[in-house]
Amino acid sequence: MTGAQSLVTSLEAAGVETVFGIPGGAILPAYDPLMDSSIRHILVRHEQGAGHAAQGYAAATGRVGVCMATSGPGATNLVTPIADAYMDSVPLVAVTGQVGANLIGTDAFQEADIRGITMPITKHNFLVTDPADIPRTVAEAFHLASTGRPGPVLVDVAKSALTADTRFVWPTELQLPGYRPVTKPHAKQIREAARLILESRKPVLYVGGGVIRARASAELRVLAELTGIPVVTTLMARGAFPDSHVQHLGMPGMHGTVAAVAGLQKSDLIISLGARFDDRVTGNLDSFAPGAKVIHADIDPAEIGKNRHADVPIVGDCREVISDLIVALRAEAEAGRTGDYEGWISFIQGVKASYPLGYDTPAEGLAPQYVIQRLGAISGPETVFTSGVGQHQMWAAQFIGYEHPNTWLNSGGLGTMGYSVPAAMGAKVGRPEATVWSIDGDGCFQMTNQELATCAIEGIPIKVAIMNNESLGMVRQWQTLFYNERYSNTNLQRHAGPVRIPDFVKLADAYGCVGLSCDGPDEVDATIEKAMEIDDVPVVVDFRVHRDAMVWPMVAAGSSNDEIKYARDLAPEFEQDDL
Amino acid sequence: MSKHTLSVLVEDKPGVLARIAGLFSRRGFNIESLAVGPTEHSEISRMTIVVNVEQFPLEQVTKQLNKLVEVIKIVELDPTASVDRELVLVKVSATAETRGQVLDTVQLFRAKVIDVAPDAVTIQITGNAGKIADFLRVLEPFGIRELVQSGIVAIGRGSRSISERSLRPVAVPAPPAANAAG
Repeated sequence: MTGAQSLVTSLEAAGVETVFGIPGGAILPAYDPLMDSSIRHILVRHEQGAGHAAQGYAAATGRVGVCMATSGPGATNLVTPIADAYMDSVPLVAVTGQVGANLIGTDAFQEADIRGITMPITKHNFLVTDPADIPRTVAEAFHLASTGRPGPVLVDVAKSALTADTRFVWPTELQLPGYRPVTKPHAKQIREAARLILESRKPVLYVGGGVIRARASAELRVLAELTGIPVVTTLMARGAFPDSHVQHLGMPGMHGTVAAVAGLQKSDLIISLGARFDDRVTGNLDSFAPGAKVIHADIDPAEIGKNRHADVPIVGDCREVISDLIVALRAEAEAGRTGDYEGWISFIQGVKASYPLGYDTPAEGLAPQYVIQRLGAISGPETVFTSGVGQHQMWAAQFIGYEHPNTWLNSGGLGTMGYSVPAAMGAKVGRPEATVWSIDGDGCFQMTNQELATCAIEGIPIKVAIMNNESLGMVRQWQTLFYNERYSNTNLQRHAGPVRIPDFVKLADAYGCVGLSCDGPDEVDATIEKAMEIDDVPVVVDFRVHRDAMVWPMVAAGSSNDEIKYARDLAPEFEQDDL
Repeated sequence: MSKHTLSVLVEDKPGVLARIAGLFSRRGFNIESLAVGPTEHSEISRMTIVVNVEQFPLEQVTKQLNKLVEVIKIVELDPTASVDRELVLVKVSATAETRGQVLDTVQLFRAKVIDVAPDAVTIQITGNAGKIADFLRVLEPFGIRELVQSGIVAIGRGSRSISERSLRPVAVPAPPAANAAG
């Protein structure tokens, strides 16, 4: 067979069902056997869409997402989703064509050193020039992407390797002598963690995206209920613990709830599970949770102690770590030793009751927070939500109640505008039975909305809710707060006159989707319900929301979490400061 | 700041040096010296990397290096339990009047003359950083015309080897099952 046939057979052997991609010169040989394969190839409109779709597929299903592109610009268009997958630990395999081996290094047509370009943003990458290496490389790529700390792996295959004759031999063992992720936590560290948990008086479970990647939500709930310890879930972990649960304090960080921010800040023990003390969570690191000891569990040893010293480092898979902690704490409980957190819980529940998430309803116009809240309520907790980046992302993280893991997909680490629509497409392909809502901003939407054509043609009926404030809203919010309301280049309709450019309803129509619009609060429910009724084609709803809505609470960038503002110029007051 | 010498065993594959150099530059770590070459195993290369960092970032350096798939093993060499050497080739002016003094210096430092010209000699010296610095200081007044220096290579003392047991294969796992979380 040819190298191309070997490549497609290898992808099948790796369990691939869906590939998102676009053909081109160098990858062309691989597209021929793809026609006869069991693999569904979804022809996207831009390689960035292929990459984010593969991410959305992976994040919604827990399986490896696969995208494919040609050499040069095809490959460089994948760079953003690859970097995104790297930051958010998404299992992704990107297959790219490369110019023929004899042309590599000659600045040939559509040549780019994509292996060199993606070195700092992939877990690992390969350049294959010998067709005999194709099956082993594919097997290694899937193993690397899906095990340990998941991440993107790029396989760049020279066109000459695709056209050459070869034999397909699926490997029985992998030659990865330097790759041995530790999944089983060390018993001594678990005992030490259990001891600290029992000794502490103000503990908090700081839950990150690792809990979702490790599929550890059920175990987390057992641990939380066994101990009664309050829980915060980061932007990447929304859904890892039910929002409806009384112990849940919400999301910590720059736009987190007052209770979650205070819960970390005033704790005496942070039990970090698959989280990485990101600057958006800690604020100014020097003043972050000054009185807290830290138990830091992560599958990536390099995250432990990177930003914050760990008193008890635990390297391991979150599900195994949590399971072992449960066993250790149950044994302690049977011996009569349990934690005493009563005063702490009543304090933090008081904060939670005093400072619920809220927003000001504008005198006229539509509050985006209200729209998002109604979307969550009407569509329900079985829905998969994706978002872009900015204000709408924060509101979607705040005002939708998540009950299940893998139902909230967003670009957390890289902050990629344009993630939402293609990610929703990928999620819907992976979970066709689920309702998938892409919540997007009008800025983000215009970066990747061409994938609506893919959705309409390929029968992928996603729903898109555009929070259209005619602005780059989050940047505008910072201009309001920190740049004296000088709105430099954040007005997306400047000079547009009375006509909105583009008209999103007409755009949806042009793409073969149903376009709806909504201008006032009294139309919101009816519009959402109408969108929910359409299940055969994609729906785009243009929610024309008011422009001056801001995301609160907020810890200004670089400030201490002690400086959290509940609303503009309004700092929360804690009554039991000496707790 | 303090110097640390890392011995890094890596798979001998194309691009591995670029990966390591890229990692150092991206994470803002400073490489003071880097030497790479083959080992007793044909599939393994060994790098000796000298970094100038505090103890805490050093831990980040080694952890991040360990994440590179082609990095097999990292050992920090204890300066008291290891030997390190670098090689210098230096071309020094040596006229009829000064040649004798230059050659005395070569003898004193147990260096070696490897080329002679009417007005210059080329000298090879190996040693640790201190010895080489001393040697060059003594040669300086004669006029150093050209100098080339290798990176440091280092090895632990005693009979133990750091490169045993490094190349075990792993079994291919079954394709992951779907996880449609509801």
